[in-house]
Amino acid sequence: MIPELGQFALILALGLALIQASVPLIGATIGRSDWTAFARPMAAGQFVFVAAAFVILAQSFLSDDFSVRYVAMHSNSALPAAYKLAAVWGGHEGSLLLWLMILATWTLAVAFASRSLPDLYAARVIGVLGIVSVGMLSFTLLTSNPFDRLLPAALDGNDLNPLLQDPGLVMHPPILYSGYVGLAVPFAFAVAALLSGSLDKNWARWTRPWTITAWMFLTVGIALGSWWAYYELGWGGWWFWDPVENASFMPWLAATALIHSLAVTERRGIFKSWTVLLAIAAFSLSLLGTFLVRSGVLISVHAFASDPSRGIFILLLLSVISGGALLLYAARARRMESEGGFRLVSRESFLLLNNILLLVATAAVLFGTLYPLFLDALGLGKISVGPPYFKTVFLIPMLPLLLLLGVGMHATWLSTNSQRLAQKLSAAAVIAMLAGILLPLIVYRSASVMTILGVALGAWVIVSALWDPVSRIVRRDAPGVPLTRAQWGMSTAHAGVGLFVLGVTVTSSFGIESDQSMREGDTLEMAGYEFQFRGTRNVDGVNYEAVEGEVEVRRDGRLLTILSPQKRVYRVQRNPMTEAAIDPQLRRDLFVALGEPLGAGAWSVRIQYKPFIRFIWLGALVMAFGGILAATDRRYRAAKDVRTMARTARQATESA
Amino acid sequence: MTPRRQRMVLVGLVVAGVAVSAALALQAFRENVLFFFSPTDVVAGTAPVERGFRLGGMVLDGSVQRDPGSLTVSFVVTDFAHSIPVRYTGVLPDLFGEGQGVVARGLLDNDGAFVAEEVLAKHDENYMPPDVAEALERGRAAAQE
Repeated sequence: MIPELGQFALILALGLALIQASVPLIGATIGRSDWTAFARPMAAGQFVFVAAAFVILAQSFLSDDFSVRYVAMHSNSALPAAYKLAAVWGGHEGSLLLWLMILATWTLAVAFASRSLPDLYAARVIGVLGIVSVGMLSFTLLTSNPFDRLLPAALDGNDLNPLLQDPGLVMHPPILYSGYVGLAVPFAFAVAALLSGSLDKNWARWTRPWTITAWMFLTVGIALGSWWAYYELGWGGWWFWDPVENASFMPWLAATALIHSLAVTERRGIFKSWTVLLAIAAFSLSLLGTFLVRSGVLISVHAFASDPSRGIFILLLLSVISGGALLLYAARARRMESEGGFRLVSRESFLLLNNILLLVATAAVLFGTLYPLFLDALGLGKISVGPPYFKTVFLIPMLPLLLLLGVGMHATWLSTNSQRLAQKLSAAAVIAMLAGILLPLIVYRSASVMTILGVALGAWVIVSALWDPVSRIVRRDAPGVPLTRAQWGMSTAHAGVGLFVLGVTVTSSFGIESDQSMREGDTLEMAGYEFQFRGTRNVDGVNYEAVEGEVEVRRDGRLLTILSPQKRVYRVQRNPMTEAAIDPQLRRDLFVALGEPLGAGAWSVRIQYKPFIRFIWLGALVMAFGGILAATDRRYRAAKDVRTMARTARQATESA
Repeated sequence: MTPRRQRMVLVGLVVAGVAVSAALALQAFRENVLFFFSPTDVVAGTAPVERGFRLGGMVLDGSVQRDPGSLTVSFVVTDFAHSIPVRYTGVLPDLFGEGQGVVARGLLDNDGAFVAEEVLAKHDENYMPPDVAEALERGRAAAQE
């Protein structure tokens, strides 16, 4: 009975979404405030019912209700409770419900935070979010109902895919989806602005914190996915250019471009139509990602068994939502006038180049991801595009991007004195070049051109990003306006980019991996560490049995740690699973994974030395933290707009 | 320079840059595209000899052989119509096994055996990669004729 209530709640939510998607939008067009007033209550009501459905599904998991097909497919009575909860989004239907839950949350947040916006505009934004919601709710109800019954009920469940029984799964999807779905908000802001026909600097100021927040979730979500893949299924790799990874990475690239282009639109009132187009593109790429992952066209851990009607439905949804927005854009774009020009050497130019380079990267990834699918769909052969393609095409725009990033941060709006810019940055450039040459040579005794380039670029970005904040801290009493929180955010996020670049460069240049056949007592030396295989023993887990290897790690004869990699067999699904053992340090990871028994007491063992790999995820987290700083800058705390502005003005006069 | 001319310079640089990166991207694409072939395709000679490709099918029951104590393993990939011997040195994926679908990336050697650089197995027990499923389907149909 209870699961039916969940389905009923979803149907009610769809009803409310239909009203939210139509009445406020019509009201805004014909100028009836009693119609636009529907927006917020409908959004709130929708949230309540979607949340109810979500809680009911979670409850079905926790109470082992195997008469619900979805629960029977993805849970088991022996599954630990935390994983039962995470299993809610461990399959196709549940992850759609999570998508809806997050969209409803974002919509609710917009409904509350938009009280300071003009009524008509807020109504349109919420209305557009309603349209997206109608699409996804009907998709869920028509093709992927999580509350479908299984008759007769299963005695016990099929269990959650062992790959997904991991703390990483608890975190990765909700955070990633928060970013994915969050891009619906800038999309709605852009479409609402197109509908109202007035796009000014205010529009960009309202949109920016939302975009940055969504981007921040996306950043953390992707980083978590990469980290999870590293220790759970990657055999030590952290990025595979798998289509599913690309599906989340393309919106990230577009959102990054959008953040930067919004900065120009907010400050200078130019690049308007470009910014709107980017907002539409970013969310369209999110929907495309949903299509790629949920339609089953891809072969991957994310591709759950699926039927073709789902793919067609999402494709239709994508064309209606993105196509509609683009049509509207075509009709209205001419109305967006630039409010000024700029010089060749100015911050505007650098941000323009940033956008172009990011979009070139997006296009290259998009091409490599979609081309095989097109070819297959047209029956022209089955191809796959290897990681070397992506590595090459991604690097081409990224090298100039990093180089320009260091300069652009210090360029001023409108026009920049290039001599003064060169003076300011020459010290940073020298430091970066020295770091690029010396660091690899001193620490690792070797350096290739790419290594030097990578380390130098990473150092360049970090030094340049921290230049202003550090000199501000060093010379506290220096004259001038204090840095705003947004500026701190920018510096922090860019320093994160630099850390990331360092991590990628050092790991790929100096990482060592070796697959070995090892018997008890065998030793392998790698990067100054001695790995000794001490044999295996059997262990029992909560819902699995495992063979556990023991590897002693020594350095200069001193025992550092004992690593215990496992080969697990889960009791229900009987799939073998590799659990790597990792000794993590900021400087380096030592990674040991058990392969399979080779006979005669030998095992295949993979041993890896991964220097600086933590910097990859650390860099992403630092970027995200910069995002938090920027999104909470004083000028975005909208409700107190006028009062804040007065206060800022007063402070400025006082400090001057 | 006038602002207008400056802008033209910027636009020119951007167009040139995009054109160069597009050319490089296409080059990289051509070098890194991998085609998928079934054992039947390989026997028929459609698969390239000098170039790498992906071979997909089922691991033949009883065909997995190990060099005791070493990482080298050999097995036979079949689509029920034809079979290709495969050699691989390295750690096999968790779900590799006899009677299971598999995709191997590598090159044909002179004796018509496939030397794999990478072996991929499906992700869970119910799921078969679409490429492999289709190749097996075609092979089965061909074998029945």
